[in-house]
Amino acid sequence: MTTHDPHKGAPVEARLGIWAFLATELLLFGGLFTAYLVFRLEYPELFHREHLRLSRVLGTLNTVLLLTSSLTMATGIAAIRHGRQRTLQIALALTLALAAGFLGIKYVEWSEDFSHGLFPSSNLFFGLYFVMTGLHGLHVILGMTVMVWLLWRARRGDFSAEYNTPVEVTGLYWHFVDLVWIYLFPLLYLIG
Amino acid sequence: MTAYKRYLAVWAALIVMTAVTVGVSYLDLGLWNASVALVVASFKALLVALYFMHLRHEIKLVLAFAIFPLLILGLIIAGTLSDTMYR
Repeated sequence: MTTHDPHKGAPVEARLGIWAFLATELLLFGGLFTAYLVFRLEYPELFHREHLRLSRVLGTLNTVLLLTSSLTMATGIAAIRHGRQRTLQIALALTLALAAGFLGIKYVEWSEDFSHGLFPSSNLFFGLYFVMTGLHGLHVILGMTVMVWLLWRARRGDFSAEYNTPVEVTGLYWHFVDLVWIYLFPLLYLIG
Repeated sequence: MTAYKRYLAVWAALIVMTAVTVGVSYLDLGLWNASVALVVASFKALLVALYFMHLRHEIKLVLAFAIFPLLILGLIIAGTLSDTMYR
């Protein structure tokens, strides 16, 4: 069994549709990454000094949570391609739990930042940090909302080896959210 | 290798690379810190795209849909920097 059997996966129109949407998402985040690059090159000392205020431990923990949620999502899709509905339900529930854990840690981090008087208006670094992690967090919330709907439909038995397009398309979106974090994490927490 | 095992192997590689990049961030390598972090991040992104997002087995048209926006982003970044860096 290969990872992608075109006859069992989503139809090509659906895949093109989600990839076209992900293109707009890439350019949405891309504008912020460009701004980050411009200001980091202009104020390297500020970025270095301010990035040390972030918790590398919590950032790493969140990276692990999100990478693992991509694993459970991919596993769920592989399962439903074999018609394993129960495995899909467990995989979706686990993905949701990991995403909730990610948001929980993000909440703790932001609360710490606020209590230390760090706000989006504090300086350029924290302005970008709050906007980029905030926009990313909104994407996590949107992904979770869709996954709750998927889980509800999965429990109703809507998905099978023959029909699982919504699961695969949501999976592609979710992995994209993971991809954005893969770059946000080093840029904000590790090298500022 | 079943799909599950392959995904597990990809996940393990992603976690190892995360550990490496965090470890390296505690060393002072000057300019190399940023390079190492971005190269590792790009390897992680490639793994996610190829395996979790199934691009390894995708048809050419979908691959083009995935790669083209990256070129556009490259143009945006190059165009912006060519202005801001030479003011």
